[in-house]
Amino acid sequence: MTVFPGDTVFPGDTVLDGEHLHKRYGRLHVLDDVGFTAADGEAIGIVGPNGAGKTTLLNVLAGSVTPDSGTVRLDGADVTRSGPQIRCRRGVGRAHQIPRPFGGMTVLENVLVGATYGAGLRHREAHRHSIEVLRRCELLDLANRRADTLGLLHRKRLEMARAVATRPRVLLLDEIGAGLTDAEAAELVATIRELNAGGVTVVWIEHIVHVLLQVVNRLICMDAGRVIADGEPSAVLSDAVVVDAYLGKARS
Amino acid sequence: MTALAYRIDRSSRASRIGSSVLIGLGLILATVPQFFVATVVQQLTSLFIFVILAVMWNALAGYGGLVSVGQQAFIGFGAYGTVFLAQRDVPPYLAVLLAAGASAVLAAVLAPLVLRLRGGPFAVGTWVVAETLALLVVLDHSLGGGTGVSLRGLNVFRPDERRAYTYWLALAFLVLLLGAVFVLLRGRTGAGLQAIRDDQEAAASLGVRVWPLKAGLYVLAGFGGGAAGALILANTLFIEPRSIFGVQWTAYMLFMVLVGGIGTFEGPLLGALLFFGVQYLFADYDAWYLIGLGLTAGAFALFLPRGLWSLVPVRLLPVGYHLRRDGPGVF
Ligand SMILES: Nc1ncnc2c1ncn2[C@@H]1O[C@H](COP(=O)(O)OP(=O)(O)O)[C@@H](O)[C@H]1O
Ligand SMILES: [Mg+2]
Repeated sequence: MTVFPGDTVFPGDTVLDGEHLHKRYGRLHVLDDVGFTAADGEAIGIVGPNGAGKTTLLNVLAGSVTPDSGTVRLDGADVTRSGPQIRCRRGVGRAHQIPRPFGGMTVLENVLVGATYGAGLRHREAHRHSIEVLRRCELLDLANRRADTLGLLHRKRLEMARAVATRPRVLLLDEIGAGLTDAEAAELVATIRELNAGGVTVVWIEHIVHVLLQVVNRLICMDAGRVIADGEPSAVLSDAVVVDAYLGKARS
Repeated sequence: MTALAYRIDRSSRASRIGSSVLIGLGLILATVPQFFVATVVQQLTSLFIFVILAVMWNALAGYGGLVSVGQQAFIGFGAYGTVFLAQRDVPPYLAVLLAAGASAVLAAVLAPLVLRLRGGPFAVGTWVVAETLALLVVLDHSLGGGTGVSLRGLNVFRPDERRAYTYWLALAFLVLLLGAVFVLLRGRTGAGLQAIRDDQEAAASLGVRVWPLKAGLYVLAGFGGGAAGALILANTLFIEPRSIFGVQWTAYMLFMVLVGGIGTFEGPLLGALLFFGVQYLFADYDAWYLIGLGLTAGAFALFLPRGLWSLVPVRLLPVGYHLRRDGPGVF
């Protein structure tokens, strides 16, 4: 596709989408008719107060939680009933809000799991790819350390590195920047922008809006299990409903 | 800035020497029946059986996180399977092989049931399976009921011949199973299993096929347990349901693996050697002996969770990964 100056860049094909998603935990309606679409190459931010259902949406998209009703599609094919391992091998990478390192394995071995299973690479290819991912996520110096000895920053980096090692086409990030210093956040932003520029679709839940805005070109705001705004970031942030639901609560 | 070159090493000088020593040791052990008296041959056979048990339980619990307390189900099934087949005129050594295979089939049948459970419930479930099998055997009079049964058919061999054959068969099983575990750990399955052990959901989110890996490991351990049981019978010629299906096997395996080093390739080998010595010294003390084993294993789990082998800074086999920076002087 040739893009002329001044043209709007048309988003690519839909990679990952969900329709009429519902999820209840007991009487709590955590996802209430949520729709979600990610086009190839997009960088989408998700904001919303705690308990809004953001993580649950990511769980449903990644396949670790099955929705009560609704459909999830990957490249147009229904994957609502396929598990996370299948979706991962088909291109959905995921970093958890609370890092879940394999504590008894080294940092390198953690990353190799993603490279060999998620990306399906073998032997030297898997090794080369893992080294590249460790470099990109600044974990080379810790490669031979057991993961259960890492501090929070490095656990977060490892959480993302493992997901990146699976060679995702869509990368789902859950508050990967929470608790980082400004300098650390800037490094994270650079890494994610680099991935996005390389063609990876990014879906990033984050509370620190000014950090998020350095990466995303679309913003979704959730509240109480619903999507209350979706669109161009500055428009979403000035939306009265969003200001009321999110910023209002954040201030209180 | 120049880009630094990195590479991942699987083997080191220690692991190259270590593997050669292990292979050499295997070859030397193969000649033992030619040179040593019957008791030595028989004792070494039971050592091999203990090593098989330790290696299998370590693979299951130490690498796969499947902490079973019911592997005696397969030990008993392998032993009684051999008796069952021998009673139907299958040559005894062939019966040993077939019974080990049948134990693998049993594990494959049980896998969908027990692997649905995790953690504590899994442990209890495996133990219930073992007790149920023991009960079924006790009720079956053709298998000797509660009083036990002998393996017939081996009297066609002279005693020293018989001991030598059993010894070689035990050694062959040991080499086969060590080889199988080595291949598992050397390939990506080793990392996949450990990932499942540490966090099953996270492993799945990285593309690991959780169910086939767990089931495969459980079947391998079932095969190993069945082989051990069949060999125990071939070595002692008599079994009794309460002891062959007894939970003391789990106590032994726990001791060997926890003391030697859980989740390491070498630990269970060391643990089995130590256990062999302990068994020799204290086996007459009965209940206190089991309690002592349990307490020692517990103490290791608390104070040295990765066992004695964690004190040895060497890996004898190239199953790990090590990132190195290329270039002179960085070793
Ligand atoms: N497995 C679960 N069982 C019960 N309640 C849950 C579960 N997961 C999430 N919830 C509840 O659902 C709501 C939304 O959670 P979550 O999706 O984590 O929100 P967010 O990520 O936006 O903070 C919260 O009230 C949370 O307590
Ligand atoms: Mg959350």
